[in-house]
Amino acid sequence: MERAVTGAIPGVERIAEAFSSARADGRRAALMPYLMGGFPDLATSAEIGLAYARAGADLVELGVPFSDPLADGPVIHAAGSAALRAGATLPGVLEVGRALAERVPVVVMCYANLIVTRGLERFADALVDSGASGLIVPDLPVEESEQALAACDERGLALVPLAAPTTPEQRLARIGAQARGFLYAVSLTGTTGERGRLDQGLATVLARVARHTAVPVAVGFGIGTPEQAAAAAAAGADGVIVGSRLVRAAGEAADPAAAVSELLRGFASALAGPLS
Amino acid sequence: MTAVEHRFGPYGGQYVPETLMPGLAELEAAWLAVRDDRGFKDELDALLRDYVGRPSPLYLAARLSKDLGHPVYLKREDLNHTGAHKINNALGQALLAKRIGKRRIIAETGAGQHGVAAATACALLDLECVVYMGTEDMRRQKPNVERMGLLGAHVEPVEAGVRTLKEAVSAAIRDWVTNVESTHYIIGSCVGPAPYPALVRDLQRVIGDEARAQILERTGRLPDRLIACVGGGSNAIGMFVPFLDDHDVQLIGVEAGGEGLDSGRHGAPLTAAGLPGVLHGAFSAVIQDEDGQILEAHSISAGLDYPGSGPEHAWLRDLGRARYVAVSDREALDAFARVARLEGIIPALESAHALAWALSNPAGELDLICLSGRGDKDLAEALAELERS
Repeated sequence: MERAVTGAIPGVERIAEAFSSARADGRRAALMPYLMGGFPDLATSAEIGLAYARAGADLVELGVPFSDPLADGPVIHAAGSAALRAGATLPGVLEVGRALAERVPVVVMCYANLIVTRGLERFADALVDSGASGLIVPDLPVEESEQALAACDERGLALVPLAAPTTPEQRLARIGAQARGFLYAVSLTGTTGERGRLDQGLATVLARVARHTAVPVAVGFGIGTPEQAAAAAAAGADGVIVGSRLVRAAGEAADPAAAVSELLRGFASALAGPLS
Repeated sequence: MTAVEHRFGPYGGQYVPETLMPGLAELEAAWLAVRDDRGFKDELDALLRDYVGRPSPLYLAARLSKDLGHPVYLKREDLNHTGAHKINNALGQALLAKRIGKRRIIAETGAGQHGVAAATACALLDLECVVYMGTEDMRRQKPNVERMGLLGAHVEPVEAGVRTLKEAVSAAIRDWVTNVESTHYIIGSCVGPAPYPALVRDLQRVIGDEARAQILERTGRLPDRLIACVGGGSNAIGMFVPFLDDHDVQLIGVEAGGEGLDSGRHGAPLTAAGLPGVLHGAFSAVIQDEDGQILEAHSISAGLDYPGSGPEHAWLRDLGRARYVAVSDREALDAFARVARLEGIIPALESAHALAWALSNPAGELDLICLSGRGDKDLAEALAELERS
């Protein structure tokens, strides 16, 4: 396997390492905060990312703003629109990722059109060059991801697929088999955003997903409190992704980095102890 | 049994969140099951005949013909119940939704014609109906907003972006991601993830099937040119498809040139032929910037104010089978006013684009134009614009 950066660890290995060291540290699950690249502006989003790393993030999901984010609820949609108005572009967001990748594995979350427009190979090269470890494409189901998977595999990048509560058994098998790095389990039937309570069927969904894959399973969508994060870990998640709650704080606070640090510490401590 | 196409050449596909994939598979299976089912076909055909008023007439527009120097026939989709071709698709999909046990319907609308059609079909079939509509379009198309309310639909205002059709589609898709198990999304054009482009085309091809038989019966020949406006492109694809193998018939799709292709303010992705991209679940011609961000479209016609296009149109364009052109807001307005005086027909601003192109490009011996809808909904907007000039 060719490595674009001499001596760099391939993304898939770096992600695996992040999950296993969270376990080795005796924590309930790995913590993966979501960062909207370029929100409220590029410089501040870079500070927020570093604050995540310092406050206990095991990995960071780095969102690339897109004009038409179909999987996102109002908070992330609005943040993406604001980032675009502030001039965010893919190269700018990948620069934020580059600084962050020196500290934690970065998994880029990017809608399909930004990849298609650039060309898959060129896009994947840019990702590797920025030090990113993985890629999540929320609108690229397995039916459409064959070429992306090959391009990522060639470069040691983890193409992380999503599974939803609506995904039937047969599809889970296919998704699980082509999961790299980790499998992103969507906790609820819906778009991203905070919810009052975790979906009751989460444990069932996680058990179903885990049966079909060899990689860790991280849960995202709808996890907005430390209690919900702990409950997701208890339901069997190997990792917990927190998005809208943090993005909302970044938008509301006078000092976004400080605000997200405090929040993230709360999530980290909820995941600190081993499962009882 | 032929499969439901997922791709048209390189275009189409299913670029949607995983949550929707089982819903799309269910829809495709349902359509395959009923598409050739006698009972379903009879039920739909009876409604199209007795409720919609099909077949819609083919009308020889005598004064328009005189102006152009050759016969011009209009396929009168404006005479359908609810005033546009949209009802053909809405009724078919609402019946399909009922078959798969989904009693909640969502739809998006730009000009309001599809929203009214969906609301109408839902009233008829006793289904719950929510229509997403940009607030700018709600302003431009007030009578249709009131119509939907009267029909018992809930119109959900969409404030995102420039508050037009693109954002209404996105909002509808997000609703579907959340409610896919109870809800059917009646998309209004031949866009979106598979199976929608094929499903909508199949439901709209009644326009072309009728028109082909009618023109043969009336004139004993096929037209030289088939002309239809293209936003997402459902009336055009329905018109074109039965003529695809008639190689002497030119197929012309007329897009919204807005303030001109060079201005960047237009709704003509097929004509502008920039880099294709993914919008609302399909890979097709789109209007986007270099970074891959989808740009806002612009058209005086709310129904053509869309930066994407049906994937089958992109393929027909690449194959050279259909030609796509654009006419400006100004030309469309002029045609709107001119056809009203010449023929006593007030066309929808969308359809006025097709008429405008024919008026400024007289050629051939026989034109067949799809008059996809009536223009009552556009009166306020069009009169204000005409007065301004």
